[in-house]
Amino acid sequence: MRPIATTRSAAGMPTGLLAVWWIVASEIVIFGGLLGAYIMYRLSHDAWAGHAANTNTLIGTTNTLVLLTSSLFAVLAHQAAEKGDGKKAARFLMYTMAGAVAFLCIKGYEWNYEISHGMTITTNTFWSFYYTAAGIHGAHVIAGAIIMGIVAKDAAKGLELQRVELIGIYWHFVDIVWIFLFPLLYIAK
Amino acid sequence: MSEDEPHTNYVKIWAILVVLLAVSVAGPELEIWWLTLVTAFGIALVKAYVVATKFMHIDHAPKFVTYLMVTCLVFMMLFMAGSASDVFKSSGDNWYKIESDWQYMPPVAQHDEGAHAEEAGNH
Amino acid sequence: MAESIPTQPSDPHADDHHHEEQSFVSKYLLSTDHKVIGMQYMFTGMAMALIGGFMAYAFRMQLAFPGVEVPLWGVVTPANYTALVTNHGAIMIFWVAMPVLIAAFGNYLIPLMVGCDDMVFPKINRLSYQIFLLSAIVLISSYFVDGGGFGGAWTTYPPLSAKAEYNLTPMGASIFIGAVGLEFVAFLLGGINFITTAMNARAPGMKLYDIPMVIWMIVIASILFMVSVGPLLAGAIMLLFDQQLGTAFYDPNRGGDPVLWQHLFWFFGHPEVYVVLLPAIGITAEIITVFSRKKLFAYRTVLNTAIGTGVLSFCVWAHHQFISGIDPRMAHVFTLTTLLISIPIAEMMFVYIATLYGGAIRLATPMLWALAFIFEFLIGGVTGIFLGASGADIYLHDTYFVLAHFHYTFFPIAIIGTFAGVTYWFPKMFGKMMSDRLGKIHFWGTIIPFNFIFIPLFFLGAGGQHRRIYDFQNFPALAGEGMQDLRILATTSLLVMLGFQLVFFYNFITSLMKGKAAGKNPWKANTLEWTAESPPPHGNWKELPTVYRGPYEYSVPGREKDYWPQDEPN
Repeated sequence: MRPIATTRSAAGMPTGLLAVWWIVASEIVIFGGLLGAYIMYRLSHDAWAGHAANTNTLIGTTNTLVLLTSSLFAVLAHQAAEKGDGKKAARFLMYTMAGAVAFLCIKGYEWNYEISHGMTITTNTFWSFYYTAAGIHGAHVIAGAIIMGIVAKDAAKGLELQRVELIGIYWHFVDIVWIFLFPLLYIAK
Repeated sequence: MSEDEPHTNYVKIWAILVVLLAVSVAGPELEIWWLTLVTAFGIALVKAYVVATKFMHIDHAPKFVTYLMVTCLVFMMLFMAGSASDVFKSSGDNWYKIESDWQYMPPVAQHDEGAHAEEAGNH
Repeated sequence: MAESIPTQPSDPHADDHHHEEQSFVSKYLLSTDHKVIGMQYMFTGMAMALIGGFMAYAFRMQLAFPGVEVPLWGVVTPANYTALVTNHGAIMIFWVAMPVLIAAFGNYLIPLMVGCDDMVFPKINRLSYQIFLLSAIVLISSYFVDGGGFGGAWTTYPPLSAKAEYNLTPMGASIFIGAVGLEFVAFLLGGINFITTAMNARAPGMKLYDIPMVIWMIVIASILFMVSVGPLLAGAIMLLFDQQLGTAFYDPNRGGDPVLWQHLFWFFGHPEVYVVLLPAIGITAEIITVFSRKKLFAYRTVLNTAIGTGVLSFCVWAHHQFISGIDPRMAHVFTLTTLLISIPIAEMMFVYIATLYGGAIRLATPMLWALAFIFEFLIGGVTGIFLGASGADIYLHDTYFVLAHFHYTFFPIAIIGTFAGVTYWFPKMFGKMMSDRLGKIHFWGTIIPFNFIFIPLFFLGAGGQHRRIYDFQNFPALAGEGMQDLRILATTSLLVMLGFQLVFFYNFITSLMKGKAAGKNPWKANTLEWTAESPPPHGNWKELPTVYRGPYEYSVPGREKDYWPQDEPN
């Protein structure tokens, strides 16, 4: 029993969609503050280019590819949901979640390698940022994957199909954050 | 939303994104610093734009959504503009930031772990 | 924590049943009804206000009578003292002003005033309150851990806050950050709900300029909060890592930058002032129009001014850091923007005075509070001009002048604004009228001592009395008879003011039990909440209202009644 309030749309878009855009806005400033701080530190510390040289570009590129592909599946799920095909949407969401799991596994391998080679969060402030920024992003990946599982479970039964688009928008946002993290941590050396 | 253009080929957009990714990875190989900046961050902006418009369909949402996102970004730049001159500063009349943590680090990329062992020994 | 006074059953099918039939837990603790959640926020906020007020009592006693055994607390040690002032500040802003002004009034009023049955996301609303309650418990728990509560000021500047060797509260500092972080998450969830409800769930016919001013203000405040809090959330995680993992984000000895924290903090901290100010301004707008029977002067101007204030509030933050060693060129810029922001606020004051001009003013208790808000906040605003100018601020910074200034802003906002709102909407919330006579006794008993607390502190501050000093007897220049007398005056006035709050609680409880029935619209107001029953049932209306006009159509010429409710077709 949803309140009547939820079904109104005086602003010209469904309530859920509106709320997701506001969530994205609040996330932009969280990552904006973090990356802004990183950029300012990076520009004032020349030696960080040397630290950044130790990050593994191949792994970073693979992870970007994984996230871009998972985003593709998320948008395909949205397309299927719009046609009312809940089963297909759920399947595509499963692929997206598989992408999230792959991303986290690769990340785990990468971190394991780096930590075992003496590059930990306390090594210096570059590595502190490296682990903090990727860690907060990783937490968003985990949260998104869990929510996606819940959405997929309903979608498979043909319920709440509008949610497929909502979790998709969140997922694309997480993707965009990584699109900026990738050059900041891996490319600019 | 996207019934306006039902034939959006998402796979094609994904392929464009992958090509852009390849360019941004290849960019630094040329070792021209300004080109690296362009390929790294310029392409990140392009990719973000493509994802926001083609995947998130921000251009099909009411205009205020775009304005909201841009406003958030502008405020972040405002934040950086207001604080950068202080963060960049490393010394003043009665103080300076001790830089022991990185000044012994060779500024050039080093792929062996020797750099880190050496640096770890310095503090 | 005080939960809530019963108003509503949570089960939508139990409208006609009396409360006692449901279990306490499902009715008051787990309800998703926006009115119950609003009450929960209000009573939790009031309980926290009592805790914060008690803290003020303890440390003011120490300042007036150094070393005395304070009744109910004992001797205030230096560690106690710093922990008390830190938590007093944090509690009053994050656990009193925000939950009461934004969350309590926002939850209670937004669905009622825009004419819908509930918030758009009732479960997220409930989650928001639960996280908020948890954050309050976490904060208070910091007093009982090893090392005691955090004492590094509510601004938590590193390096003091970042290292246990400096602040001596290894657990307390991290618990403090964690509690504030949880509180932010609660308000992000709540804020999204407020914004979305006001944007999307308005009654048919309610156009943008038909929305009551208080709803606009709460929504603008929620947006300001949401956009400004992000960098601080990221910064708080970095500070937590500094404390617990040994990173060096803010440690200048290892390449970090403590001034970055100050920027992150005040980039949030200054908009935060407007986050709590705007709802109080909105509450005042509702009250002065009703009690002077006049249309709000220049509705659109107030609205545009509020938006302008919001944008400008993002451009002024570094005026808190003039003596932190910031770039002097930036100090010029921030002085300019800070002085500019007094223009929109002054404009709002003029708009309110213009609204009062020529009105049929009725000095009921809510109106007294609203007028006091304008008057007292004016003093707070004018003294801010001195501090916004970087040259004067170098002398006045961190003195009691600053302290008196921001208490002259926050007290009107958080206490006067809240009392204005509570006395005004009490009939709607509980269906009973409050005693006007007791209300006026409480009003004068609060306002007069308030001025006697903080006006002496302006003089002490201008005389060089520094903040955060445990015992002024250690400083010969500050220990003179005249200065100590002013401190004793301030503390005595505080005791008087706290004493008069008993009148409010007595009035609250007796009115609740045997006040006279309020009826639907005791103040003869226009806005939609007064067309519902008092108190409104679950779902608010049997049939949701339709809106035909703006909220401030009072004394319209040619009409029989001097008010014109928004839902009357003609």
